[in-house]
This record gives sequence, C-alpha cells and structure tokens, in this order.
Amino acid sequence: MKALFASVYTFLFTAAVFAMQQPPTEPQGEFLPIDQLPPAEQLPAAPLLVAAYAFAWLAVFFYVWTVWRRLGKVESELRVFEKRQAQRGPSR
Amino acid sequence: MKKLFIPLTVLTAAMFAYAPVAIAGAPYESTMLLIQKIFYFHVPAWMAMYAGIAVCGVASAIHLFKNRPAADRLAVGAAELIVLFGAIGLVSGPLWGRKAWGVWWQWDARLTMALLLELVFIAYLMVRKYGGPGSDKLAAAVGLFGMAVSPFVYVSVNIWRTIHPLNTVVPSLRPGMRAPFWFCAVAFLLLFTLLLNLRVYLAREQAMLDDLYLAEDDGAV
Repeated sequence: MKALFASVYTFLFTAAVFAMQQPPTEPQGEFLPIDQLPPAEQLPAAPLLVAAYAFAWLAVFFYVWTVWRRLGKVESELRVFEKRQAQRGPSR
Repeated sequence: MKKLFIPLTVLTAAMFAYAPVAIAGAPYESTMLLIQKIFYFHVPAWMAMYAGIAVCGVASAIHLFKNRPAADRLAVGAAELIVLFGAIGLVSGPLWGRKAWGVWWQWDARLTMALLLELVFIAYLMVRKYGGPGSDKLAAAVGLFGMAVSPFVYVSVNIWRTIHPLNTVVPSLRPGMRAPFWFCAVAFLLLFTLLLNLRVYLAREQAMLDDLYLAEDDGAV
C-alpha cells in the first residue's frame, strides 16, 4: 500500500514539475536576410567623428607644446651662455 | 613674417573656431551620412601634408646641391609637419573607414602608399636625429625621394582598384559642401604656415647656439 502511495505522489510531483516548465523555444531552422540593420544595431557615427576631430586637435597641441618646450630650452641655454660671456668680460 | 605672425595666428584661430559651425551646416552625404563629415579635416590635413612635402623636397634639393643651411632648417621643419599632418590623415581615415567600409584598414594601394609616405618622412627625422655628422645631407636625399614618391600616392586611386574614394570628389563637390571644405583647407594651410614659421625659428635659434658653442671651443668667443 505504501509503495502504491509513493508511486502516485512521485507521479503527481513529476507531472507538476513538467507542467511548470516553459515550452521549449523552436530551434532556428533557417536564416532570414534583411536589407538593413535596425537603428539600434548600427555602429554609431558620432563617437568616430568626435574621435577623429579630437585626435587632430590633440596632435596639433602636442606638437606646439614640443616646439615650445624645445624653444624654451634653447633660449635658456642662450641666456646662460650670454651670462657666462658677460662674466668673462670682453677679454678676447 | 614676424609682423604677420600674430595677425595670422588670430585669423587661423578664428577660422578653426568657426570651422565646426561650417562643417555642421554642410549637408549630409547621401550614402555615408554623418561620418562623411570627417572629410572636412581629413583631406585638408593631407593637403597640408602635401604642402610640407613640396617645401621639404625643394628645400632638401637646395641644401643637397647648393649647401644652404637655411634651406636645411626649412626642410627639417617641413618634415616634422609632414609627419604631424600625415598622422592626422592616417588616424582620421580609419575612423571614417570603420563606419563607411566596415573595416579599420584595408591594405589597398592608396592606404598602403600613404602609410609608406608617412614612414619615409619618419625615416627622414630619424636619420636627422641619429645619423651623426653628415646626416643632414643623407636626410636631404630622403626628403627628395619622399617628394618624388608623393605624386604616385595621389594618383594611386586612378591607377589601381581601391576602396578609397576617387580624387574627383573634391572638384565635383556640391556648393553646400564646397564652401566648408575650402574654408577648412585654407585654415589647415594657414596652420601649416604658422607652425612651419615657428619650427624654423626654433631651428635658427638652435643653429645660433651651436655656432656659439663651436666658437667657444675654438677660442673665438
């Protein structure tokens, strides 16, 4: 008798579990082409455009900074040189 | 040029400040839409690079055959600007291509030759920096060859099949696109002129300092 109840409960429980499961999704049997991507899937142009302009500006500013730095170094060396000559006096 | 430097700097700054307004007002291209607006900086950067190549090539030839240090200073300044504007072109191009063609880079004739042209002038600067005594003449020869190669890069789209747009797009621009394009081109050429002037001034100061040190070593100062 106990075995009969156990079998009935097991059957009902299993049936309930199967009944709660979602029906499986249909596997994809074919690929359907479309002409254009939906807008949400497309690569946005704005970040690429902004990156291009930002790089141009950064490159120009970096170059101007390097010239400025080199110029400062040369001018400070020239000042040191002139100071040294002034300390020596018009000897030669 | 000293008197013109500040007014030209103000004019160039004003033009670059207005350039985004002009570019935003230009119509969208029918197939590439927004990303095509990179064109207004991309092509003018190449134009500035070509101006640099002309200056560097001619100055290199003068220095090579007539031994003029002033021409050498002009050539080295122009070579730095070639690398600068070439880098702008080589970075903005792939950003445009990623959207327009779906790839960052394509090893076709135009793109590959443009990269090689940039490398020629990087080589010029490396020879100048690490070549030791006499490197100015070696670099001048490299500069001259760089100038000789550059027309092939320009006509490459007409000779070989590439995915790059043809050179005819600039002369055939519609009025709405033509004005902002030439506005940006003039702004880039002015920027090139100013930067070249600044770089030549630096080279002159360096040469003066070198002469002073040499004279001191010789006991003349």
